[in-house]
Amino acid sequence: MTPRVTLAIAVRVLTQLRRDHRTLAMLLVLPCLLQALLWWIFQDTPLVFDRIGPALLAIFPFFVMFLVTSITTLRERSGGTLERLFTMPMGRLDFLVGYALAFGAVAAVQAALAAGVAVGLLDLDLRGPDALLVVVGVVDAVLGTALGLFVSAFARTEFQAVQFLPAVVVPQILLCGLIVPRERLPRVLESVADVLPLTWAVDAMEHLATTTRTGEVWRDVGIVVGFALAALALGAATLRRRTD
Amino acid sequence: MMNSVVEVAALRVVRGGRPVIDGLDLVIGAGVTGLLGPSGCGKSTLLRSIVGVQRVAGGTVTVLGEPAGSGPLRDRVGYQTQSSSVYDDLSVLENLRFFARVLGLPPSAAHDALLAVDLARHGDDVAGRLSGGQRSRVGLAVALLGTPALLVLDEPTVGLDPVLRRDLWALFHRIAEQGTAVLVSSHVMDEAERCDTLLLMREGRIIAHGPPADIKAAQGVADIESAFLALVEEGRR
Ligand SMILES: Nc1ncnc2c1ncn2[C@@H]1O[C@H](COP(=O)(O)OP(=O)(O)O)[C@@H](O)[C@H]1O
Ligand SMILES: [Mg+2]
Repeated sequence: MTPRVTLAIAVRVLTQLRRDHRTLAMLLVLPCLLQALLWWIFQDTPLVFDRIGPALLAIFPFFVMFLVTSITTLRERSGGTLERLFTMPMGRLDFLVGYALAFGAVAAVQAALAAGVAVGLLDLDLRGPDALLVVVGVVDAVLGTALGLFVSAFARTEFQAVQFLPAVVVPQILLCGLIVPRERLPRVLESVADVLPLTWAVDAMEHLATTTRTGEVWRDVGIVVGFALAALALGAATLRRRTD
Repeated sequence: MMNSVVEVAALRVVRGGRPVIDGLDLVIGAGVTGLLGPSGCGKSTLLRSIVGVQRVAGGTVTVLGEPAGSGPLRDRVGYQTQSSSVYDDLSVLENLRFFARVLGLPPSAAHDALLAVDLARHGDDVAGRLSGGQRSRVGLAVALLGTPALLVLDEPTVGLDPVLRRDLWALFHRIAEQGTAVLVSSHVMDEAERCDTLLLMREGRIIAHGPPADIKAAQGVADIESAFLALVEEGRR
């Protein structure tokens, strides 16, 4: 890995995003709007919003980063730019970490905005420190990025890449505790939920909402970081300089 | 001058379960070398093997005395894939500056490459909105960054109008005169006359190798297309 190259890739990805207003809006504005929509839906049942609001703060960054990353890296593969980069002094980790850095930076802005809207405007009741909300949002988004990088290796078209959303992301959303609290899931499903990364991101947000203690939050953050690193390692394994 | 830039020995490549190249030996030297053959004959596969991004099943490819794709070659070989392989959503200069940074070159290198392909007036244009010929030249400019010793271009002139094609071939010769070996593929036979050395490829094999005039003389024909047909007939008998 060469810091110069890693940074060049991160800066380039951010430049591409800056030019793509629609994607930028999806990354930054849409999570806030969806949050506001939910608040409105549960206007007359604020307790429900307080229960699912934190989970959504974990789900949105994961969801959009997964989507954007899997499509962007797929374009690098199909457009020939990845092949060209591999003839240059670029290592696989430069590529993966460069992407993770760029989307991690976007995630920090996204998390700050979403948390600001949820806590500041929509009166989401939060006990833990606001800053930790941003930390969870960032590791969560990096997780989405890492998984997106990994699955893009298994898609040949953008259409196929989008198909990973229902296959990889939706089950995690269903099982993460958003619909039914995890401990009330059937035994088998609870064990499945325990090994899905999004569960732990949602768990972190829920701890932030319900207690001032931060121990569990940091444990969850650790678990999510572990999943993200594992996904990056898998991504590195599928990213080959020489291909068929 | 080194007379062999690329040496291929007993190269074997399998793609999609089928041998595409099976035991190829080849030496490529300085000047402009054209790799010509019909679509699907294995041109891209051979070029990808030379720049070190193709998984090979056997044999060796040596470039400038080093194994193809090895570390020391990464800033000495310029490559343009069959697509122009630039970022369509970035401006021309942003593309060049990015690749220059990856190569560890100063930003001025981006400007030099832009001048070399005659796109100085389009530096701030978004690559995706340029015409086909202009985009192809952006891809070429990226490959030219840092003045590589070998330039590998996969069908850079396909689909361009005749004037642009002529200009690009003139540019390849200027680059070659400055000491860079240029290897260009094409499936258009009438580009053959523009090469110093010609490699005619068919079904994964090189069926003729030499200056265009020699290949035509050997077959006693007036153009390369006829020479190609004659060689194929000869192979059948
Ligand atoms: N990604 C791939 N997977 C499997 N087979 C491939 C792939 N790319 C090309 N091939 C096959 O390899 C052969 C040579 O292809 P290629 O080198 O691209 O030819 P050319 O560049 O001369 O058109 C073709 O028969 C093609 O079908
Ligand atoms: Mg080809």
